[in-house]
Amino acid sequence: MKQTLLFFAALILSLAARAQLTIDITTSGGRQIPIAVMPMRGEGGQAQSVSEVVAADLGRTGLFRLVNTVGISPVPTEPSEVNFPDWTTRSAEALVIGKVEPAGDGRVEVRFRLFDVGKQAQLASFSYVVATGQLRATAHRIADVIYERLTGDKGVFSTKITYVVKRGGRYELQVADADGFNAQSVLASQEPIMSPSWSPDGSRLAYVSFDQKKPAVVVQNLAQGTTRVVANFRGNNSAPAWSPDGRTLAVALTKDGLTQVYRIAATGGEATRLTESSGIDTQPNFSPDGQWIAFTSDRGGSPQIYRMPAAGGPAQRVTFEGTYNVGPRYSPDGKSLAYVQRDGGRYRIALMELATGQVQVLTEGSIDDSPSFAPNGKMILYEAQVGGRGHLAAVSGDGRVRQRLTSAAGDVQDPAWGPLPTN
Amino acid sequence: MRNIALCLAIAAIAAAGCSSTDKKDEPVVTDRSSGVATPSTSSTTSGTRPTTPGTGVAVVDELRNPNSPLAKRSVYFDYDSNVVKDEFRGTVQAHSRYMGDKRDTRIRIEGNTDERGSREYNLALGQRRAEAVKKVMTVLGVQDGRIETVSYGEEKPQSPGHDEQAWAQNRRADIRYSGE
Repeated sequence: MKQTLLFFAALILSLAARAQLTIDITTSGGRQIPIAVMPMRGEGGQAQSVSEVVAADLGRTGLFRLVNTVGISPVPTEPSEVNFPDWTTRSAEALVIGKVEPAGDGRVEVRFRLFDVGKQAQLASFSYVVATGQLRATAHRIADVIYERLTGDKGVFSTKITYVVKRGGRYELQVADADGFNAQSVLASQEPIMSPSWSPDGSRLAYVSFDQKKPAVVVQNLAQGTTRVVANFRGNNSAPAWSPDGRTLAVALTKDGLTQVYRIAATGGEATRLTESSGIDTQPNFSPDGQWIAFTSDRGGSPQIYRMPAAGGPAQRVTFEGTYNVGPRYSPDGKSLAYVQRDGGRYRIALMELATGQVQVLTEGSIDDSPSFAPNGKMILYEAQVGGRGHLAAVSGDGRVRQRLTSAAGDVQDPAWGPLPTN
Repeated sequence: MRNIALCLAIAAIAAAGCSSTDKKDEPVVTDRSSGVATPSTSSTTSGTRPTTPGTGVAVVDELRNPNSPLAKRSVYFDYDSNVVKDEFRGTVQAHSRYMGDKRDTRIRIEGNTDERGSREYNLALGQRRAEAVKKVMTVLGVQDGRIETVSYGEEKPQSPGHDEQAWAQNRRADIRYSGE
């Protein structure tokens, strides 16, 4: 019961722009909601088909089955034109129709309606007046509405991801839409770039730069393009993690010997030491409520995950299975931790439910790294190294849905999923 | 782990103490380094660089001399280990001795790992390798403040391969002099 869908739309469009990601998706088991997404009247004359983007967004989640709409004539664009019994015959449970019309000043009005086919009832209807350059973003917003109405969870189609592309000896930090489109380079360097991390409001990225010929922590304001070196102490400066209020960063520093966890202001300045071990303490990550910091420590002999109060203090060990559990990331609801677990010689992404301590290994790669939750907690984006080359991949929290994002650009590393848009 | 590093360091001191008399090729090195060192032995003059340009040239030459033990800059490590192995003790000793003579030199020790494992954790492991080399050097008398340890983790492999042979090349610490 394995089904593979290839998104040709994404593939074809990606030819136009370099460095785009294409996405393969595999789902196994579980029910999919059959949904019909009709072409929108008037979208054919636009540079961007709205309905194609909506359909691709929904299909990529693995939670929907796209019902064939070929041959439907006339194409319904108003509620009165919908033939519900016909859609029942086609086994669609949900239907999306819409239209794109000129609104003056080079703008267009996009209106869509979502129907429950069985109940013959409208579930949602929205209209957006936007510049034609915003059609793709508008399609993502429509997909967000549909996803939330039909699954009960927030859609993440309007979010962004960041990742590092290594090509030859050149490194680029890129920011792209969650579907891999509109990839833009926000930083280029001849030196490595590591561990990008979004500020909670999505306006800044913290990352590790080697431009000083050693690791230093930099915060970059994305809108302004300004950068500030916030941690460049003696030795290594790495693993930046934002506090939920966006004011401070937990970082890993070696200024006092081996790697330990410290806290600094997001604007830089003095570092306050949070861990006091004789081993390695690194990879801090704040719990969403700001009360805890999970981190990696080998104080017990092997690298394991611990957590401590965010202000420092006694740490509790969290992982006990195996000899290598590193790089914890809290789920957005704070109830789970994703991390890298070594099993034999393989490094995979594991998910622990904190209340029960139950662990599920989610991935099947040989060197998987850098798990990062979607802001709705449903998918985990990570780096999968295959044959020495990094790719991005994503897996659902239940392991059922897998996405593989491939790029012709080169070695793609260290992904991080951005927050929900604030508007 | 820490005890092992200390034992090795002590062993290194013992070796350093007798190497100049035991081994045939060692005295040559000692002569050369002491010859260079003579002008700056009175450490008060070492700060007045402009008046002793010859010293500066000599320093560069010795570090660049491919026949000098100082030409060796890398210490290689076993998998999952930060123990400085016997075969690299000579290299670490040579640099310690050189820094003992050249009181104004500073170094950065750059730790590295192979590509396996988590990127950020490897950064920390590489730094621990650099610290292990530093510990040997400080036991041999080099002041703590003259050595900075950093790590490139798995980011700067010497060998681009993905097998044990490549990994062995990449598990290393490199000694780099300030100004190089």
